[in-house]
Amino acid sequence: MSNPREAWEVVIGLEVHVQLRTAAKVFSPAPWGFGAEPNSHIDPVSLGLPGSLPVVNLAALEQAIRLGLAVDAEIPEVCAWDRKNYFYPDNPKNYQLTQMARPVVVGGSVEIELPGASRNVMGEHRRVRLHHAHLEEDVGKLSHAAGGSLVDYNRAGVPLLEIVTEPDLRSAAEAEAFLRALHALVTQAGISDADMEKGQLRCDANVSLRRPGAPRGTRTETKNLNSISGVRAAIEAEVVRQARELEAGRPVVQETRGWNAEAGRGYVLRDKEDAQDYRYFPDPDIPPVAIDRARVERLRAGLPERPFDRQRRYLADLGLPYTAASVLVADLALALWFEEAVAAHPANPVGIANLVANDLLRELAASAQPGEAAPPAPAGLAGCKVRPAALAELVRLTDAGAISKQQAREVLAEMFLTGQAPAAIVGARGLAQNSDAGELERVVREVVADPAFAKSLAEFRAGNAKAINALKGPIMKRTQGKANPALVDEILRRVLS
Amino acid sequence: MAEPLHTLGAAELGRRLASRDLTSRALAEALLARAASRRELGAFNSLDADDLLRQADAADARRAGGRSLGPLDGIPVAIKDNIAVRGQPLTCSSRMLAGYVSPYDSAVAERLRAAGALLMGRLNMDEFAMGSSTETSATGLARNPWDPARTPGGSSGGSAACLASGQAPLALGSDTGGSIRQPASHCGLVGLKPTYGLVSRHGLVAFASSLDQIGPMARSVEDCELLLAALAGPDARDMTCLAADARAPRVLPADRKPRLGVPRALLEGVAPGVRKAFDDALGVYRAEGCELVDVDLPSAALAVPAYYVVATAEASSNLARYDGIRYGHRAARDGDIVALMSQSRAEGFGAEVKRRILLGTFVLSAGFADAYYGKALAARARIREEYLGALARVDALATPTVPSSAFRLGEKAADPLQMYLEDLFTIPANLAGLPALSVPSGLDGALPVGLHLVGPPLGEGLLLGLARRLERATGLAHRVAQP
Repeated sequence: MSNPREAWEVVIGLEVHVQLRTAAKVFSPAPWGFGAEPNSHIDPVSLGLPGSLPVVNLAALEQAIRLGLAVDAEIPEVCAWDRKNYFYPDNPKNYQLTQMARPVVVGGSVEIELPGASRNVMGEHRRVRLHHAHLEEDVGKLSHAAGGSLVDYNRAGVPLLEIVTEPDLRSAAEAEAFLRALHALVTQAGISDADMEKGQLRCDANVSLRRPGAPRGTRTETKNLNSISGVRAAIEAEVVRQARELEAGRPVVQETRGWNAEAGRGYVLRDKEDAQDYRYFPDPDIPPVAIDRARVERLRAGLPERPFDRQRRYLADLGLPYTAASVLVADLALALWFEEAVAAHPANPVGIANLVANDLLRELAASAQPGEAAPPAPAGLAGCKVRPAALAELVRLTDAGAISKQQAREVLAEMFLTGQAPAAIVGARGLAQNSDAGELERVVREVVADPAFAKSLAEFRAGNAKAINALKGPIMKRTQGKANPALVDEILRRVLS
Repeated sequence: MAEPLHTLGAAELGRRLASRDLTSRALAEALLARAASRRELGAFNSLDADDLLRQADAADARRAGGRSLGPLDGIPVAIKDNIAVRGQPLTCSSRMLAGYVSPYDSAVAERLRAAGALLMGRLNMDEFAMGSSTETSATGLARNPWDPARTPGGSSGGSAACLASGQAPLALGSDTGGSIRQPASHCGLVGLKPTYGLVSRHGLVAFASSLDQIGPMARSVEDCELLLAALAGPDARDMTCLAADARAPRVLPADRKPRLGVPRALLEGVAPGVRKAFDDALGVYRAEGCELVDVDLPSAALAVPAYYVVATAEASSNLARYDGIRYGHRAARDGDIVALMSQSRAEGFGAEVKRRILLGTFVLSAGFADAYYGKALAARARIREEYLGALARVDALATPTVPSSAFRLGEKAADPLQMYLEDLFTIPANLAGLPALSVPSGLDGALPVGLHLVGPPLGEGLLLGLARRLERATGLAHRVAQP
């Protein structure tokens, strides 16, 4: 009998909270940002002072609409806010303004890429459907110190978009792929900085198990997962736990769970009996907001190309290898930099892609300050001394045979340090490739005549075609590496024939 | 002998200030003296005399420099203690907010400052505006200047007591179910609840957000109109406040006599003295050539129950923020946070506020929300439809403001249902978002009685015009109770 664990089908739905990138809070003009002095980003609305009223920040609403457009969702004609009533000291009004009945984003789907067979092979693409996304206010932060509890209301009122998926995900790996895809989508569109370490992207995971074809099982919700590895580990642990329960003949209990990342263990936060009655009702302070269609179309036009659309274009239209394409589309600034270079030298996008994805990124990573995360591609690119047109020129020189690919890498390293034009570096260093057929033939004949290489010569003549390469090394050495490799090959074969 | 300053209306005071027969400082001093002598009426929760005199001196300096800000410049306006004024207490007559000082100005405070008015004191009220007699105030009773054994009404009872005793010429009230109009009626004043959204709620402590409006109270129609003009205006800080392009006023048609609708079926149970004043008022309008039309408002009977569901539902949520964590009363108690919040609320709120929070929590609860809150919203929609329908046929709807004149303090305190019926005639205007006013129509013995007029959206001017006709006929303007 097969392992019964393999016979479970895992059903996962995610609720992802994304802090939207705006200057002001969602219902007040107070500024917000990570890491400020506690209770410095506050105003009467953020504190729920008597008489204060919420006013919808249209910039936050626009960011929510942009997310909707980026996932091909429906943007309804009208959205509205409801009050979710519960008492907790981090919740200044003891109700949260959220969108229960009329969210700003309805439906839609996020394209994800599953891991391929190897790093160089593209995995399957799939679409994960969204149920909806709603715009709400974040709460403050409660911390317990010796002698009492402290509340910081800086985060209270930060615009939060809760993105709710359909239960379309079937494994922790798929959940991870979804989060990576969503992260790329929102960061590239400037919808959110989505820095999980700063709590700008947080995730709740709903997990249930069933036998294939059976109705969906009882689900649990694990709340407040704040890293992608945490999401993955928590789901994997929860799948194992539920499978054990079911295999032991015990039903899964509907409950809300937490995740202890250090211990690698989930725990019960509250069971169904403790479920709160939030007493939702329409917020009387915010009339339903009509969403102007012309505004929606303007926002649609302002969205950047989606990462996977760009990836498809690079593969199909530019002929890039999968790995280079994936590296480039992972970062919008890098992709745009690459495209600027391609525009300057459209004949060889692959050559440009390889230099950017491998060599330029390596230089950027190596130049990062100690302690900085590497590669700091977007930040590094902005100050990078190599401009796209200069890199395009370098590839053009290589394509024209003026320098070798190896030389191109050296020139790029120099360009990275000095910002000089590639032709100037080639000239100053005397790097120009030697294509003087007469001189090269003299060197070739010298090497062929040299007894030190007689063995290789004999092997070649005995039919080992690869032995010819052993002769090229000394030729390159005797020309200080400048010999045009194609010309050397041609002359060598002629001399030996 | 010249009339004492405290008996003069705002318009007259404005003329005297403009002609330099009077300084704002002299006026402020006279009113402070008057307030000191009528303290037993309980009109004010607090009154910052130094602050008032500073404002008066600034107004006098403006006028001396030729920089007068208009007809209200230098004239005190007393402020209900649920409307935020920067640097002044904001208690809502609740123990919960004892000692709380607002760090910001309400929109109306800003507008009054811009008009040069002096923001005067903090007026007593029912706790969080929940009540019809000012008896739920945690800061002490307010009394009716016409009979101190009786209520001035509520929740804006402090505003009414202040005006009727001549402690200020103008006052702000707030009205959720009748809290401006009922005390105006009981104290012989003109009080207007504007169309929902005409006046910004920014800085008004919320009781029931979809019903609350700030409005003017005064001793004459002219003064009421003057104050309304200063209060009304768009405000981007209140999303329910009407935009600048949605404020075209409704006026009486010039080509015909005004038409008044009278819902006779609602008048059963009106006290005889009140009924007589009402019939007299109708007589005045008939004599003026107005057409009186019977109207049927069958859903009006739903108004009180619908109101007590909608208002308490919103209140239960609006008052959740008072938990002792950030500001306001905190119980002296260690231990867990839930217990601290519970105990702070148990100590901070009075019985009526607790009753309404419990009721509102119940009607929103899972399993009950559809039967109560949902039904109440449906009733509200029907009432609004019915009132708008009636107001398409008539210019205004007339009833008494309150079924009876001011009752004795304590008489209804033990019977909340009887108390809730005080607002029978006034509540529909809040549910429908319509403008409504109370204007003195006569006397029931020594006690004033008001006529209630409800108009179409943005029909404030129309209502004030009708009120002025009655005021001219009755002569019941600028009355200040002795001593």
